[in-house]
Amino acid sequence: MTAPAILPAKGAADRLTGVFWRQPRLLLLLLITPPLLWLGVVYLGSLAALLLQSFYSIDEFSGVVKEEFTLKTYAELFRAQNLDIIIRTVVMATAVTLACAVLAFPIAYYAARYAKGHWKAAFYLGVMLPLWSSYLVKVYAWKLILAKEGILGWAAEGTHTSWIIEGILSIPGLEGSSLSTSPFGTFVVFVYIWLPYMILPMQAALERVPNSMLEASADLGATQSQIFRTVILPLALPGVIAGSIFTFSLTLGDYIIPQIIGDSSRFIGLTVYQLQGTAGNTPLAAAFAVVPILIMVIYLTLAKRAGAFDAL
Amino acid sequence: MRSDASWGLKAAAIGGLLFLHLPILLIFLYAFTTEERSYAFPPPGLTTEWFAVAWNREDIWPPLWLSLQVAAIATVLAMILGTLAAAAMARASFFGRDQISLLILLPIALPGVITGMSLRSAFGIMDIPFSTWTIVLGHATFCIVIVYNNAIARMRRLSGGILEASADLGANSFQTFRYVLLPNLGSALLAGGMLAFALSFDEVIVTTFTAGQQSTLPIWMLNELVRPRQRPVTNVVAIVVFAATFVPILIAYYLTRGGSETAGMGK
Repeated sequence: MTAPAILPAKGAADRLTGVFWRQPRLLLLLLITPPLLWLGVVYLGSLAALLLQSFYSIDEFSGVVKEEFTLKTYAELFRAQNLDIIIRTVVMATAVTLACAVLAFPIAYYAARYAKGHWKAAFYLGVMLPLWSSYLVKVYAWKLILAKEGILGWAAEGTHTSWIIEGILSIPGLEGSSLSTSPFGTFVVFVYIWLPYMILPMQAALERVPNSMLEASADLGATQSQIFRTVILPLALPGVIAGSIFTFSLTLGDYIIPQIIGDSSRFIGLTVYQLQGTAGNTPLAAAFAVVPILIMVIYLTLAKRAGAFDAL
Repeated sequence: MRSDASWGLKAAAIGGLLFLHLPILLIFLYAFTTEERSYAFPPPGLTTEWFAVAWNREDIWPPLWLSLQVAAIATVLAMILGTLAAAAMARASFFGRDQISLLILLPIALPGVITGMSLRSAFGIMDIPFSTWTIVLGHATFCIVIVYNNAIARMRRLSGGILEASADLGANSFQTFRYVLLPNLGSALLAGGMLAFALSFDEVIVTTFTAGQQSTLPIWMLNELVRPRQRPVTNVVAIVVFAATFVPILIAYYLTRGGSETAGMGK
């Protein structure tokens, strides 16, 4: 018997390390199982429950949920008033996404190409802080701004521009006693809240456009606007699409903003909330919640084809 | 390219940033107004009495306490699950990897109303009564991705060499984790935890579906917004909520500054 030279005694931890070394898959499996179980059971399980619920129906007389498979609830989505809600939501999401793209571009472009040193950090924090700071507080701030007696009305009166606000409020479809009760107010607040989600991926995409490419196109005689249209814009597009996924999806499902600001016309999110709450019609609420999922699946498929996921 | 931006671009960029920030300042101003029935601007007078009023309002404390509790538990759960997921996904490539990363991202990519409605359907079908834990269940689910994003960015930057060096020097997996991986990962995890806390503390969309009769602070605020009474008190609470999200975000930023990854890129 010779003593095993310099190696210290092996404990359970060392033996386990040996097992992990020989079987790397085992370690992987041990690591991934808890999060996968959580997401699989809690999240996917819930999504399955949502789907299941949407195939149930409600007894119109007793208001009790009938737990039998039926497509009746989905058919209800095609009633005129429900179709209206879906169309209104999609139109709003599209308008918000377009407005966000236009507003975000100069910020993202400046931050990506011109901001240096301290300014770069300032721009980064300047976008990150509003992105993360309290959602509800931001919505509340706009209630203060858009209220009839609020700061915007006061400023408009002081500068004799109240006619602009009145002009907006007299456009058919945007009527209201003040901006805070007009669909235009809802639109403004949506744009404000989701704007940072558009800026960040856009900026990331613009930062990846190599300077040499812009120099080359300038050397080849392109004017500034030609460079912008034919080089920068196409290369930034995946970033725009990546950002639009967020702005579009978040607008589709939001139900707080239309509840607090606007003419209380219904959007998909608000309908889901009201149906499951006061109305107690969980099956129809579930069916309504499936609509944004379907719209997003279509949207993501189109975005994937445009190469948006390389920019995420 | 010119090295200077045109005035138009500069003005649009800075104007955009101001547009993002100025509205929040109003919350602070209105917490001091003497007018409690409307949002009249400019405020007719300024007072600090609302802070005392808010302090003595007994309906504010239980929601605040509940929010802190939920955010703390959800953050701890998300940190454990998110770190495990990041450790598994950082190096290995295996079948179904893309699907798993999509699954982790999904709870924040899909609108909150879907997560909320799904959880509610599940609780309904399985007859689970609403409690603090049903709120935590929802919050932890969408916080995982926040921790995961921060952790995986740091792990990718970390050279695999130091783990091998540690093994060569005789450390077992647990020692390597404790003495090599964790110190390197620490600030990224802390940043992820901070952001998860901020997200959970402020969450209202999923929470309304999973809270039942209980109120978190954001739900209390939402009720006040729909049916206002003593409006400036709502502003005082808004300042508290704002601070509770603002401070962790700033800390997270400074913890991860300078790296290729900076906290918060993916909310």
